[in-house]
Amino acid sequence: MKVGLFVPCYIDQFYPRVAVATVELLERLNCEVIFPLNQTCCGQPMANSGFAGLAKGCNKNFVENFSNFDYVVSPSGSCVLHIKEHLTDENEDAALHIRRHVFELTEFLLDVLKVEKLPSNFPHKVGVHVGCHGQRGLHVCSMSELVASPFSKPEKLLSMVKNLQMMLPERWDECCGFGGTFSVFEEAVSVKMGKDRIREHKENQVEYITSTDVSCLMHLEGILRRKKSDIRVIHIAEILNAI
Amino acid sequence: MEHNKRNHSALSAIFNEDEKRVDWHDETLWFVRSKRDRAVHNVPEWEQLREYGSEIKNHTLSNLDQYLIEFEKKARSNGIHIHWAEDAKEHNEIISEIIRNNQVKHVVKSKSMLTEECDLNSYLTSQGIEVIDTDLGEYIVQLRKEHPSHIVLPAIHLKREDVSNTFHSHLHTEKGNNNPQYLAEAARQHMRRKFIFSELAITGVNFAVAETGGFVVCTNEGNADMGAHAAGIHIACMGIEKIIPKAEHLGVFLRLLTRSATGQPITVYSSHFHKPRNGQQMHVVIVDNGRTRQLGRPDFRNSLKCIRCGACFNTCPVYRRSGGHSYHSAVAGPIGAILNPNINMQENADLPFASTLCGSCSNVCPVKIDIHDQLWKWRQALTKKGHVSSGKRLGMKMMSFVVSYPSIYRVAGRTGRWIMRYFPSLLANKTINSWYKQREMPVPPRQSFRTWYFKNKK
Repeated sequence: MKVGLFVPCYIDQFYPRVAVATVELLERLNCEVIFPLNQTCCGQPMANSGFAGLAKGCNKNFVENFSNFDYVVSPSGSCVLHIKEHLTDENEDAALHIRRHVFELTEFLLDVLKVEKLPSNFPHKVGVHVGCHGQRGLHVCSMSELVASPFSKPEKLLSMVKNLQMMLPERWDECCGFGGTFSVFEEAVSVKMGKDRIREHKENQVEYITSTDVSCLMHLEGILRRKKSDIRVIHIAEILNAI
Repeated sequence: MEHNKRNHSALSAIFNEDEKRVDWHDETLWFVRSKRDRAVHNVPEWEQLREYGSEIKNHTLSNLDQYLIEFEKKARSNGIHIHWAEDAKEHNEIISEIIRNNQVKHVVKSKSMLTEECDLNSYLTSQGIEVIDTDLGEYIVQLRKEHPSHIVLPAIHLKREDVSNTFHSHLHTEKGNNNPQYLAEAARQHMRRKFIFSELAITGVNFAVAETGGFVVCTNEGNADMGAHAAGIHIACMGIEKIIPKAEHLGVFLRLLTRSATGQPITVYSSHFHKPRNGQQMHVVIVDNGRTRQLGRPDFRNSLKCIRCGACFNTCPVYRRSGGHSYHSAVAGPIGAILNPNINMQENADLPFASTLCGSCSNVCPVKIDIHDQLWKWRQALTKKGHVSSGKRLGMKMMSFVVSYPSIYRVAGRTGRWIMRYFPSLLANKTINSWYKQREMPVPPRQSFRTWYFKNKK
């Protein structure tokens, strides 16, 4: 299966280890992983700031890089949601094809590859942070507000990992406060939201906080490091890839 | 209205100076959200009920003219006076004229967010007419010369000590007595006199029924009933979107409203008004105030489905940590952030950005308003109209340029990481880099993923 790997810009620049883990994990599951070399960004930072109109060049570049794959996979619920909802281009068919075939990593593993077991081993106590866009946008897990049966793709995958102790905070689907440029323009509330998430994980005495989104983790890591906390952040791909 | 010219970000930074109070505010509202969760999880058909609510409202908005005219006709034949107001000014003038014509001096008012929107209290006060808010929370904020910070829980930003101090200054209660029962009793005794001497009662309208020409007012304190039944004149104020086609639709909305608002199965008083009693005058003022403009905006039209339950406030992680006054508008919270730019784009351009777009608001909305999608759409509309700082526009233009050209993106990334590694002090500046105020910057790795891929996989 030919998979186009979409690596969000900030992962490419700041968290390459997450993309490396994604490649290794997918290859172990017999995917042919191709990273189109001229990719840049999904355009979400502009669009969420009210400048979707400025994302034309970015969108065009995205379509050129990803129009020839059966599936486009990315270790980021937020960027995938943006592509799924907002990717447009003069080449309408190609844009539509991508929108219909772009997957966040955990949904790709379970819904397309139908993974039922993994050789992973991660002997640590791990707190799960639910990224809002993956959850309320892509529906990778159920939502506390709705009257519906509970499910969670990330938790299902984590439960396949040997020796991993999973911990959920009491407010298990409350936003961490990153919100893209919100984190900078609404700094006070953004940080307060992050601190409150961390407090709950700390009460659970976790060693790691994991998520399907690195953006949430980057924000939480910034606060954790400022507080000189021992808790570390780790993307779910890194855990699933750990043997 | 004495709007604060400062924006949501600045106002919430001030609110966050007292972190303990923020924690208390957050936990108090989370308690209400949790109560709502318990209540709705007891209704297996909850999601179906939301769908009914949404569809009835959609249908009504598409036939608003017809239902409003039907309501007017039925209400008039029941002996209710109907008035139409194009905007806040007309609304206030109509009420003031009824007051003048009847030589009324004392007015009691039960909670109506529409009269807050129109700033009726200041208008009447400036004409020498005494207006007493009779909803306990609203009475407290009125004494403090503040505005409600929440559409259902107007004084939710205040602790009982604050209320005790306010009552001590205004009602001469014992200093330092924070007992809620004692304080509520003091307000009750004071208000009881106001009810007895009032000549005119103003209420809001939760639902106006086209089929019957009657209307329903929901309160937990019974203050709307007390006012309307004691005074010789009852004026009910409603936005044009409060109409529903049939009485049987109340079976949907009354079930949705209070479960969403406070987690109660139903409001303590859901009072149906159909005609004036003998010797009483009953008026209904139907207000547009920008609603038809909103109805004409396809992206934002369905914000008019709102039944003012406040569930989106209680669930919003930003609202809980920024307080209602940070929205500098009569209606705060996520719903306020999509309604207020319609009323005044310039003054409220900051509000759609006061969100992480987490989407929880849309999920709790009992009439399925796509609140977080509308926040996103307002952002596009506002920047197109130029309501954005030149710095932000420039930054976004630069970013757009960089990510449009892969080679420029790669050089920029490499240069950026190099600067962060060798000149960290450039970014480690709390004044120019607000990320860094309370957060460390990410540690820049030596190579990007692309470089790794090129070396290892190509």
